[in-house]
Amino acid sequence: MTVAAAAQPSAVAARFSPGWISQLLQRYILHIVVIGLTVGWTLPTIGLLVSSFRPFALTKTSGWWTVLTPLQFTFQNYTDVLAQSNLGQAFFNSFMVSIPATVIPVTIGAFAAYAFAWMKFPARNWIFLALVGLLAVPLQLTFIPVLSFYVNQLHWTTSNLEATGIPGLPWVPLWLAHAGYGLPFSIYLLANFFRALPSDLFESAEIDGAGTLTVFFRIILPLSVPAIASLVIFQFLWVWNDLLVALIYVGGAPEVAPLTVNLADLTTSLGQGSNLLTSAAFFSMVVPLIVFLSLQRYFVRGILAGSVKG
Amino acid sequence: MSSVTYDHVVKRYTADVTVVKDLNVDIKDKEFMVLVGPSGCGKSTALRMLAGLETITEGQIRIGDRVVNNVAAKDRDIAMVFQSYALYPHMSVFDNMAFPLQMAHMKKDEIDRRVKNASKILGLDPFLKRKPRALSGGQRQRVALGRAIVRSPKVFLLDEPLSNLDAKLRGQTRIELQKLHRELETTFIYVTHDQVEAMTMGDRIAIMNAGILQQVGTPGDVYDHPANLFVAGFIGTPTMNFVPVTTTDSTAKASGFEARLPQSVPAGKRTLGFRPEALTDKPSADGSTLNMKVDVVERLGSDQYLYGQVGSDQVTARVDPRMKVAPGDTAQLGLDTRSIHLFDAETEAAFF
Repeated sequence: MTVAAAAQPSAVAARFSPGWISQLLQRYILHIVVIGLTVGWTLPTIGLLVSSFRPFALTKTSGWWTVLTPLQFTFQNYTDVLAQSNLGQAFFNSFMVSIPATVIPVTIGAFAAYAFAWMKFPARNWIFLALVGLLAVPLQLTFIPVLSFYVNQLHWTTSNLEATGIPGLPWVPLWLAHAGYGLPFSIYLLANFFRALPSDLFESAEIDGAGTLTVFFRIILPLSVPAIASLVIFQFLWVWNDLLVALIYVGGAPEVAPLTVNLADLTTSLGQGSNLLTSAAFFSMVVPLIVFLSLQRYFVRGILAGSVKG
Repeated sequence: MSSVTYDHVVKRYTADVTVVKDLNVDIKDKEFMVLVGPSGCGKSTALRMLAGLETITEGQIRIGDRVVNNVAAKDRDIAMVFQSYALYPHMSVFDNMAFPLQMAHMKKDEIDRRVKNASKILGLDPFLKRKPRALSGGQRQRVALGRAIVRSPKVFLLDEPLSNLDAKLRGQTRIELQKLHRELETTFIYVTHDQVEAMTMGDRIAIMNAGILQQVGTPGDVYDHPANLFVAGFIGTPTMNFVPVTTTDSTAKASGFEARLPQSVPAGKRTLGFRPEALTDKPSADGSTLNMKVDVVERLGSDQYLYGQVGSDQVTARVDPRMKVAPGDTAQLGLDTRSIHLFDAETEAAFF
């Protein structure tokens, strides 16, 4: 009896030991939380997807979660969008806007970040601080001054630029605007990443005879693929999904307006045509999905493994 | 292949932060020179100034006859092995070693020949296509050496290259480095905080402390004739015993014993130094004996260390392992007065 009584409390203590609890947390609770968050985040998208395949009449009277009773599928919304809107042109326009508006700020940002991270020049930290401060400026604040500069000083109106006949020129104001809006963040992100690279690498390269540009192209860039890929995803998604900036700097003319502007035109302020929005939204999501899926492996890749330390 | 001269070299970061103070060293052609000292003593800064990674505040550094103060790192004809190895992680072993040659715009077949040659010397042939992350610590270290070798530089700089290796590998690599030095017939300058590495590898050792060069000499020199208290305490394990004494003529009187000095010194307060192996389990010839109250006994097989008190001073002795002694005993030990040192208590400089 006494032996059993003595043994029991210790068994209880073992079951509630911290190791046991943390194991439970790691195995189950963490998974449940992650799954819950994932479902929570994707639920609206699933709803949109389901709605896009439902007859318009049904979507007005019942929620998408009632899709199984009665089960009614249609491709009507998709065929309507393809028929009604100038989708091909809009896709093309979106690419013409998004690709340069991603490449320009990432490229300039990478050069600038290298300077901020590894070159010594006067007031470096103050300039960097000012740049970080620009992250806090709401971009709506810049529309009027920038647009008036474009139109009044440079005479860069869409019709003027189109009149030159040079292809792509009408988008230049938008490219520059997006580059401006994207630069503070890209410099900030890349400079922090570059700074974290081991300084031994640069010193070694310096002794090996590599100049500044060689170090940038042969050492920094290959090692920064994860950071640059993340930045490309951020910037591309932001530009691709942007409606406001595009509408302000290039307007809604179908030959220059990107997909987002085109989609917004599908529906009226009274809600007419809102059935087309669900399927159109999925058309516009295809490209960001491809970009994300093709670059996402860089997010987790530890490319620096093995550079230093034994 | 070239000599290196530090001529009154000073490194100052701000007006009151001076990390290297008036450094004067002549490193001979093909010499293996070790800069050793505790961390923060300025040894790495001295090396980095030679490499061209730090500017020189005052004085001159010469490689051969050429003053290199204002010569860019890449034009100094030196190669450096970093503590972290600093391998380029995205390049294969071959490309890592080829990089400095590509930077020098060398022809492709010449690059190929040199890299193959270096990889043969270092036994890296099977790994040439691998990335650094697929190599062990010792292999990475050899790649770093290889990258230095391919350039056939005038001077090799090594900044604590062994400190990231485990103890066994460190011992092996120490021997390999000495072989390499003999094969390459090039000047090696090696920075370390480990006095064992310094003693085993250096043709000569330069000991630094707090930015000041303490002594330059062969390992035997600095061990047997330390210039001051710092060098005496830094070189050798276990460390030298230091006992405060009062000297009169040629006798030094400590709290627990008296020792005859090999020469007479002015009377005053001094520090007597003797290495643990200067104590023996037999009385010494001239009769200097001390009675040690033993606290701890460490038997290492080949040696036996006794830690205890002599008078009011803490003393370590290294004696024959066959000597029978237990903690709590009082052991009578002889002091070999031929290998004792005397330091001024104020200036810490050695009398002998």
